[in-house]
This record gives sequence, structure tokens and C-alpha cells, in this order.
Amino acid sequence: MSDIVIIKEIIQEAYDTKTFVFDWDAKVRPGQFIMVWIPGTDEIPMSVSGISDSTKSITVKAIGEATRRLHEFKVGDRLSIRGPFGNGFDLADDNILIIGGGVGTAAIMPAVVQTGADTIIAARSDKDLIMLDTARKHSKNVWIATDDGSAGFHGNAVQLMKEKLKDRSYRYIVACGPEVMLYFTYKACQELDQDCQLSMERYMKCGAGVCGCCVMDDMRICKDGPVFKKDQISKLKEFGVSNRDACGRVHNFR
Amino acid sequence: MASLSTSVGSIALDRPGMIASGIMDETGKSLVRVLESGAGAVVTKSIGLMPNPGHDNPCFMEVRGGYVNAMGLPNPGIEEFGEEMKVAVPKGKVIGSIYGAGPEDFSKLAIKMEEYGACAVELNLSCPHAKGYGMEVGTDPDMVKSIVSAVKSSVSIPVWAKLTPNTHILTKIGAAVQDAGGDAIVAINTLKAMVISPEFARPIMSNKFCGLSGDAVKPVGVRAIYDLKSAVDIPLIGVGGISCWRDAAEYIMAGACAFQVGSAVGTKGLEVFGQINDGLSAFMDEYGYGSISSMVGAAHE
Repeated sequence: MSDIVIIKEIIQEAYDTKTFVFDWDAKVRPGQFIMVWIPGTDEIPMSVSGISDSTKSITVKAIGEATRRLHEFKVGDRLSIRGPFGNGFDLADDNILIIGGGVGTAAIMPAVVQTGADTIIAARSDKDLIMLDTARKHSKNVWIATDDGSAGFHGNAVQLMKEKLKDRSYRYIVACGPEVMLYFTYKACQELDQDCQLSMERYMKCGAGVCGCCVMDDMRICKDGPVFKKDQISKLKEFGVSNRDACGRVHNFR
Repeated sequence: MASLSTSVGSIALDRPGMIASGIMDETGKSLVRVLESGAGAVVTKSIGLMPNPGHDNPCFMEVRGGYVNAMGLPNPGIEEFGEEMKVAVPKGKVIGSIYGAGPEDFSKLAIKMEEYGACAVELNLSCPHAKGYGMEVGTDPDMVKSIVSAVKSSVSIPVWAKLTPNTHILTKIGAAVQDAGGDAIVAINTLKAMVISPEFARPIMSNKFCGLSGDAVKPVGVRAIYDLKSAVDIPLIGVGGISCWRDAAEYIMAGACAFQVGSAVGTKGLEVFGQINDGLSAFMDEYGYGSISSMVGAAHE
């Protein structure tokens, strides 16, 4: 079923990224996503980036036609959404390290708010960092990494994670970001015998576990994921290696 | 314990339920997962000659009583699909669903599916939302006859025809399948449908038209199988809104010797196959049906 919701607030997170807050009383867990319809353009999966009893939000980076169209929406406009979908993060323990890379930061923010756990936010440069204020409000340790060193640690999220793990220990890592970041996060977790949960992404159509187009190996990102635990990830041969297009054709990353 | 084994013509199945075409069946590993979850066989996504991205999103949504979809036959094309078949075929019975614009397309595709090791082909003569394909070729008995004949003379594996309920001449189309030598009829595909957003004053699906599946279509499907059972002698496979053993039993008693499950994979998960198998078996024990075949068409007597 689709729900019509009204945008009540828009927050400019970065030059190309906006958060849209809307009234929606659905029960949503950190790490779940919704399908957002942009009439005449597309329907796209978006992580829920903020959760309260009566409102939810999505955080949108303008990178394609649909997301650019979404950026034109104003307070008071209506959105048509489906969901929530997916499993979400397992946040049973709060001694965790949460990592968000780029716009993937949106997906982990509800986990930061719920747990107040130590957080790494990474981006290409300082102008691409998003949601720092929210993170700092809920977590006492918010560390920043930028590829160009324009803010915080000069390097990527995985390098900073390795630094932090030298003198701290966590039950597990929670992360969302570009697949290359997640892949090297997973590799580092293997080397360090560190548990992790990673939120994955694939081209998606139904969102409901029916059509099977968003599979990574035999796992549907929309229904079995988007969050996968380390033992599950160890069986995913396509993770970090290949994805599929709208036709279902395989495309290798390298 | 009653036996759940059945057969569709020459194809013997340990369990009577299969995954319906279009559901978790675009990749080899997905097909294997479905086989391992208790399905007796799997039907692939409908595959065409060329790669097809399908219709733009939105192409799916939940509605009261089921789902609508206008996927638009997305598939990687018959050449690339060989790689998926290589993964799935060694793990169980795979029925290759194919779609085309006419007899020649269907024959080429069926030959490939046979080469890939499909145990049967299912001709998609029923998709309600793809221009020039599906029900647009599947509601004309003469066209159906020529497609089935052409495929029959091209391959030696059984040829199943999946028919649409969006017609008032279903039994004539069924008879055309039988006359052309078709080995089984699969019914039904989705009901042609539309969903409009009042707020945006437009159809929600990018394709405007879509197909309805799930609980709401089951009585239509059961009626279709009942009608076909009265009109043809070839085996029938029931599909449409099956999510529990009672639904499966209805289709079997209407005349189906096997069934397919689609939308319920979304609502109940792949566990649905095991649940249906257990429920059906318990029902058969209690009511004294020793085999699926002893139940087939029971509602006609």
C-alpha cells in the first residue's frame, strides 16, 4: 500500500544534499528503507534517515534525474511512499562503532540517534560531510574522515576505523556507504577478527522481496537485507565484485 | 502419510508446488534457493531474445488483496540467461519461461531452453502489460495454435502454455493449445489492472496498466481451471493467489495436477512452500486422499 505524506521541513545538509522531514506514524527500525515515487520520473529506494513517533525523514543527494526532481519539492508538498522495507540493523548492543560514508551516512543516522554509539562520518571533503550536528547531539565521540584532509582525519573511513580499533574494542561495526568502502570495511574486519553489520545496495524494482532483481548471490537486498551480518557476507561472492542492471545482466566492478 | 508426488504429463514432481514465473527467478542462485525451500520445480523469469530492462519504476505496489505489477518482462536475454541455467539446472527441475512476438521467436527461445537443460518450456501467452507480447498474442486462438505448433515441432521437451484470464474465450484458447499438441496449460496470469493516485491525478505505474495478483485473484483462477478441466484433457497447472494449503486444494479439486505460487513469496516468505506441503499432506490424511491424483478434479464429481 502506498502512503501520501506531507513534507513539513527541509534541511540543507550540504550543497547537493537535503533532508526532507514528513509526517508519518509508521513504525520504522534504524536501517530500513522506503520506496519514494517521483511522479513522471521514477520510484527509488531511500534509507530512512530520521525516526520519531510521528515523523520520518529521508536524506537525498542530487545525483540523478529522480533525486534532482526530489530536490525541487517544497514544504507542504506531498510525497507518495511505500514501506518501510528491509530488516534494519540489529542494535541489541550499544558498544558498537557506527560508520557512515558519503550519503550512506543517512542510513546509519537513526542507529546513531538510538544508541549514541561512537561514530565515524566520512566523505570526499568537508563540503560533502552531512548530518554532523545530529550525530554530535546524540554521540559523544563523532570522528570525521575526509579523503582530501579538508576536515578531520586525512584518509578514508576504513583507515580511520583501523586507527580507532587500535586502542578501542567494540562488539561490532555498523556501516553504510559506497560498496568499495563496505568491501574494505569487511576485509579489515576479517583481518582484525572484528564482527560487523553492513547495509548494502542494489538496483531495486519491487522492494518487497518478490521480483528478485536486487539479489546479491541468493540474497534479496530488499527483503533479506539491506543489512547483512559478517557470517552472511562471507558467503556473498558478488559483494564488492559485481552487480546487475535492470535487465539482470552481470556487470563486474573491475 | 499421503504422498505429495504428482506429475504433469511426463514430468514427475516430488512436490506439487512450483515458483511462478517472475518471482525470485531471474538468477541461477535465486532459483536454487527456491528449489531448496520445498518447491517441486521452478519456473524462470520470462526470457526473450534480447536483453530487456522492463518498464520504468514504479512497476510494482501493494494493493488491498494482493499486488499489482508492470515489470514489463525484464530479463537479460536468452544468450546470457544460459549462465543462470547452468547454476540452477543441476539442482532440480527448471521450467524455462519464454516470451516472443510470434511462432519464430518462441521456437528459437524454446530450442535454447532445451539446450540449457530445461525440463519443459512455459510459453508466456498472458502477460497483460507488455505491448506486442503476452496476452496480446495469447488471446487469439489461431495465433496460440501456431505458436504452440511451432514450438512443439522445434523441441522434444514438454510445452506448457500459460494463459490469461483477460478473455471471454479461455476455453477456446485452451482447446487451441491442446489441438496444437501442447502438453499442459498453466492458468492464470495476472488480471489486467490499473491504480490511480488521486493526489497526483495519474496512474501510479509508469506503464499505466499493470497486472493484479495475490489473494484477490484466486477465485478467478480456480474458476479458470474448473472451466479448462471441462474443456480439455491435457494436464492443468493452477496459479493465482495461492498462499496456503486450502488454496492449493481448491485448485487441485478444480482440476489442476500441480500448482504455482507467486505473490505469497512476498507476503509469507519462501517458507510458504513447506507450509503448503505440510497442510496439504495433513488434509489428505484426514480426508482419505492417498495421492494428489486422487484429488484432481474432485469438485467436478
